[in-house]
Amino acid sequence: MTNAKKPVFIQGNHACVLGALRAGCRFFAGYPITPSSEIAEGLAEVLPKIGGRFIQMEDEIAAMGAIIGASLTGFKVLTATSGPGFSLKQENIGYAIMAEVPCVIVNVQRGGPSTGLPTQSSQSDVLQARWGTHGDHEIIALVPSTIPEIYSMTIRAFNLAERYRTPVILLLDEIIGHMREVLVEPSDNDIQIENRPVPDCDPAAYLPYEQVPSDIPPMAAFGSGYRYHVTGLCHDETGFPTNDPQKIDRCMRRLNRKISRYADDIVDYRIEGNDRPDVLIMAYGSSARSAKQALRMAGDTDPRMALFQPLTIWPFPEKAFQEAASPVRGVVVVEANNGQMKREMERLLDTTVPIRLVSSLNGEPIVPGEILKAAREVM
Amino acid sequence: MFDYSQYLRISKFPHIWCPGCGDGTILKGLLRAIHQLAIQKDDIVLVSGIGCSSRTPGYVDFNTLHTTHGRALAFATGVKHARPDLHVIVVSGDGDGTAIGGNHFIHAARRNIDMTMILFNNFIYGMTGGQVSPTTPMGAYASTAPYGSIEPNFNVSELARAAGASFVARTTAYHTTQMQQLFEKAIQKKGFSMVEVIVQCPTAYGRRNNQRTPVAMLNWMKDHAVPVKAAEKMTPEQLDGKFTTGVLWDIDRPEYTEQYQRLVEKVAGDR
Repeated sequence: MTNAKKPVFIQGNHACVLGALRAGCRFFAGYPITPSSEIAEGLAEVLPKIGGRFIQMEDEIAAMGAIIGASLTGFKVLTATSGPGFSLKQENIGYAIMAEVPCVIVNVQRGGPSTGLPTQSSQSDVLQARWGTHGDHEIIALVPSTIPEIYSMTIRAFNLAERYRTPVILLLDEIIGHMREVLVEPSDNDIQIENRPVPDCDPAAYLPYEQVPSDIPPMAAFGSGYRYHVTGLCHDETGFPTNDPQKIDRCMRRLNRKISRYADDIVDYRIEGNDRPDVLIMAYGSSARSAKQALRMAGDTDPRMALFQPLTIWPFPEKAFQEAASPVRGVVVVEANNGQMKREMERLLDTTVPIRLVSSLNGEPIVPGEILKAAREVM
Repeated sequence: MFDYSQYLRISKFPHIWCPGCGDGTILKGLLRAIHQLAIQKDDIVLVSGIGCSSRTPGYVDFNTLHTTHGRALAFATGVKHARPDLHVIVVSGDGDGTAIGGNHFIHAARRNIDMTMILFNNFIYGMTGGQVSPTTPMGAYASTAPYGSIEPNFNVSELARAAGASFVARTTAYHTTQMQQLFEKAIQKKGFSMVEVIVQCPTAYGRRNNQRTPVAMLNWMKDHAVPVKAAEKMTPEQLDGKFTTGVLWDIDRPEYTEQYQRLVEKVAGDR
C-alpha cells in the first residue's frame, strides 16, 4: 500500500486495488479477463503479504461463488471481471442478493455482446448491472469517472455492501480502468469505513432473516457460534426454504424495500456548469470526461450548458435529475452504448423535453465536439 | 441407541425425500461419523448445491450453506480458504457434482483443498423427475433417455483420483457400517477427499429400470459391490458389471490452505 497523502501516478485498476485494501477487503477470488486483470494481479501481490486471501478460480462462476463463501465467514470480499465474465457471474450475484451476502463486483466494461471488444471501452453493461440476474431485485451500482473517484468509490462500494448486506457493483470502463492520473490517498480522518451489523443476541434466538425495523437483519459469521441456514430459495426468517405465500411475500418485499427505502441515502451525483442552463447533459463514467470538455468548449453562453453526472447509476438519482432537467429546453444523453440510459431518461422526463443521444459503439471515446453539436441542435 | 436429534433441526422435518430414498441413510452415516470424530457443531460448514442430496444441510444443526446448482465446491473453497480451521463438508449428487459442477469438481481435486465431498450417486436427476445424468449407465432408461441412454457414463471415483484428490472411496447405501468408517477417514484426511455413495432412487430410477422396490435396489448394491481387496484377485471378466468398494486411493499431497499459509509466512511484511 502507498503512504497516505503521498501523490502517486497510477492506473484506474490499481486505484481500485488500493481502495479495496483501504476499505478492509482481505479476500479476492477472480479469473483472468481483459481489461480487468490488473485488479487480480495487484491483489495477488499484496494480499498474501498482509495475511489476506487471494485465489484464482477455475472460472468466473466459481470466483463469484468463492467470494460469497468467504463473505459468510466475515471477510470483506471482492471479485473483478469484464462483460463476458459479468454475464457468467449473474447467477451467483442473484444468490448474494437473495441470501443477503455483502460483496463487491467490479466490471471494467468492454464492448459486447459476446467476446466483443476485449481491449476497448464501452458502457454497454449498465442495464445488465441493473437487471442481469433473474428475478425481482434491487441493486446498487456505482460509476466513477476519474482515478481518485475509483479509489473513493471502491471504498464506498464496500461500505454500502456491508451496510445493506447486498452485492454492490462498481462499473468502470476500459478507458478509466487503464488511464493514469494522480491519486492522493486521503488520511484516516477523511474516510469512513463501515462494517456489517452483527448479532449480539443468544445464538438460539438468532433469526438470520428477521423482519427487523431497519429491514437489514444483523449477519453472523460462520464459525462464530451462530449456526444457521443459508439458501438461494425463498426462505422464512430462519433461512429455511418455504412455500408459504405469506412468508415468501414478506421476504421478497423486505429484500426489495431494504434498498429502495434508503435510495435517498445511497444516490450520489454531481451537477456542474451553467446555473441556468438551456441544455442539460447527462453523462457518467468516462463519457462524463468528454462532456466536461464539451462544457469548457461551450464557455458560458454557446449554448448555456450544465452537466448532470450520476455517481450511482443504480439507484439512479431520479428526483435530482428531474429537478435539474425541469427548466431546460433539451437534454443530451452521452454514453458509450446504444441509448441504454437514454430510455431511462425518457421515462423520467416530460415527453415535451427533447432528448438527444450521443453515443459510441466502436470502442472509441466520445468526441466532445459531437456533444456540443448535439447540444446546439437539441434546443 | 444413537441420538441423532442432537444434530438435527427437528423443527424442519418432515424432510422432502421420497419413501424408500437412500439419502437419509447417508445423512445418518455422516452424523455418526461426525459424532465419532467429536467435531463441534460450530466448527462444521456443510455446503451443498441443488438437488435431492443437496437438501441435506437444511436438516442439520451446523453452519449450513445451500448454494446454486453445481457450485457447492466453489462456495466451499471460499469458506475453507477464508477459515482453514473449519471442517468443510460438501454434499452433492451425480448431476450437481459431475455435470453442471464438473469443472469445480476436477479443480477442487486438483487444488487438493482440505474438504470432504460426499457424492450421492443415484444415476439420475431425481428432483427434476428422472432425467439422464453423467453416471446413468449406458442403456439405462430415464425421462430424457426414453429408449435407453446412448452415452458412456463417468466413473466418478476414477475422475476424482485422476484430477488429484488425496482420498477416494466408494460405498453404498446398503453398506452402512463401511459408509460411516469411510466418512470418518475422509473427514480426517488432509486434502481433498471424495466418498462416492451409490444410493437408491426408487422413484425416478428404479421404477424405470426394472428395480421396482427400494429393497430390490439395495439387494442389487449388495450383489454387485466387490471390496477392493477381493477385486485384486478377480479377473476382468469376473468384475464385469460390478463395482469396487472401500478405500480406492489414499496418498499424501501438499494441501492448498497449508501451501497458502506457507506463502503468507514467506512474503509477510515484504513491501
